[in-house]
Amino acid sequence: MSIPVWAQLAYLGAAVCFILALKGLSGPKTARNGNIIGAIAAVVACAIPFFYLDLDHVPLILVAVAIGTAGGVYGARTVQMTQMPQMVALFNGVGGGAAALVALLELHEIVSVSADPSADPGWFVLLATAFTILVGSVSFAGSIITFAKLQELMTSRPVVFPGLPVVFGLALIGSLALGGLLIGDTTMLVGVVLALLGLLIGVLLVLPVGGADVPIVISLLNAFTGLTVAAGGYVLSNTLLLVAGTLVGASGTFLTLLMAGAMGRSVANIMFGALKGGSTLGAGEASDRPVKSAGAQDIAILLGYAERVIIVPGYGLAVAQAQHTLRELVDVLSERGIEVDYAIHPVAGRMPGHMNVLLAEAQVPYEQLKEMDDINGDFKNADVVLVVGANDVVNPAAKTTPGAPIYGMPILNADEAKQVIFMKRSMRPGFAGIENELLFEPTTTLFFGDAKESLGKLLNAVKAL
Amino acid sequence: MDEGVVWLTIFILSVFVGIEVISKVSSTLHTPLMSGANAIHGVILLGAIIVTGSTDNGLALTIGLVAIVLAAVNMVGGFLVTDRMLQMFVRKKPAKAPAPSEGGR
Repeated sequence: MSIPVWAQLAYLGAAVCFILALKGLSGPKTARNGNIIGAIAAVVACAIPFFYLDLDHVPLILVAVAIGTAGGVYGARTVQMTQMPQMVALFNGVGGGAAALVALLELHEIVSVSADPSADPGWFVLLATAFTILVGSVSFAGSIITFAKLQELMTSRPVVFPGLPVVFGLALIGSLALGGLLIGDTTMLVGVVLALLGLLIGVLLVLPVGGADVPIVISLLNAFTGLTVAAGGYVLSNTLLLVAGTLVGASGTFLTLLMAGAMGRSVANIMFGALKGGSTLGAGEASDRPVKSAGAQDIAILLGYAERVIIVPGYGLAVAQAQHTLRELVDVLSERGIEVDYAIHPVAGRMPGHMNVLLAEAQVPYEQLKEMDDINGDFKNADVVLVVGANDVVNPAAKTTPGAPIYGMPILNADEAKQVIFMKRSMRPGFAGIENELLFEPTTTLFFGDAKESLGKLLNAVKAL
Repeated sequence: MDEGVVWLTIFILSVFVGIEVISKVSSTLHTPLMSGANAIHGVILLGAIIVTGSTDNGLALTIGLVAIVLAAVNMVGGFLVTDRMLQMFVRKKPAKAPAPSEGGR
């Protein structure tokens, strides 16, 4: 099966476009064009085999493509911005599943020609096939669990049962043994069992991860799927799949490390921390310690007569769809001559950069969004810090309590400001499930209620000043 | 050059390109970047089409078609969802050109 030169060159062109796409996606100005270049390259690439291969079942294939396209369009159009992380997880999972199925089919092809001794595919091809089947299945099952956790179809807390490390270890050893067996004894049965074992490993891998760490897992599984596609490309002797998969595998791994770094955690700690017991399990209960709370009028006065205000937005803001009201409030404050900025923690929301997307949707100017390192020195000059639906990213326990699950995560220094206002729905702890000492500080005022409603009241009160 | 070494060369160079090309990304763009990279590996659709188009076994054909559906969801959905996120970054300056014209919307 030799590929004609024009097709090989077309694959090369598509690979270059993917590199340009990733490059474009790294800058705010070029990102959209980068994505479009990638999309065009992918569509063109998928059309190429129809022209040089004598493909069977073309009508059925086109129907399947149409069904998948419709599903993808529907999902991408209807998803809420707040649900973006689980959508990415789901898309990643089905990609991993597709790669595993492709490898199983290729194995079937290898098995059915194996009667002919001259058709020996070589041990490395078999190894790559085993890798694709296994890791693709891991990625599929892991992503589905990730989706369920973020969509809150199941608990977002770490799920651990007593024998889990043992079962996980046995499954890993079993999969390695099966992978080796596949090289010596190439049968479909071994491949199918390997896929099932991969599914089990995927589930066990993600279950013990706490909800707040799930974004890291999405990124990691994304890298897994990339490597799977790369191995699949090797098996199919397709350079484009190899390059595209490797690009995603490498950049995905790097991105995972960047994200884990932003949370001050090691990837190993995130994945296996819960297995070592205790430390990632927070109390998860509302506290009844005394706090100071106030109404919209008082808060409006605090804000309206400040000189420097910093807003710390969190996932609660997004859930309440209050980003537009917040922007109006900031506009009014700015008109009063108050200097207002948004302090964006790298993992605010559910994924790095998630909050930027949400605020950009509300047309907050890019310049007002300050990254953590740029604004952290500024908190001590701030008269008021307004925390809207955020919790863990300003929790001093990250600095002071070595046992806390978020210990070591860099946080926004909201505690250094003269006044802190927390807009919260209740005293329930944040996603990491631990109590926030900042809530009980004398400089802190709580403003209870749904973020959108409260911000609306606050907006009117400030306007009336 | 041995064919295996050619493949290895492509692989290693791609690793470096993959890391180098995103090393300067700001955390603002991590989510769209992850989503865009996710869409790129949807190109496994190409592999699914090739494998499915050269099988003659009923069960294998069915599995291949499932793989095509899944891969198409990954690829199409991935690029569209990334574009939706990125629209929000671009929208601030050109207020007079409200409707993006291409098929995304």
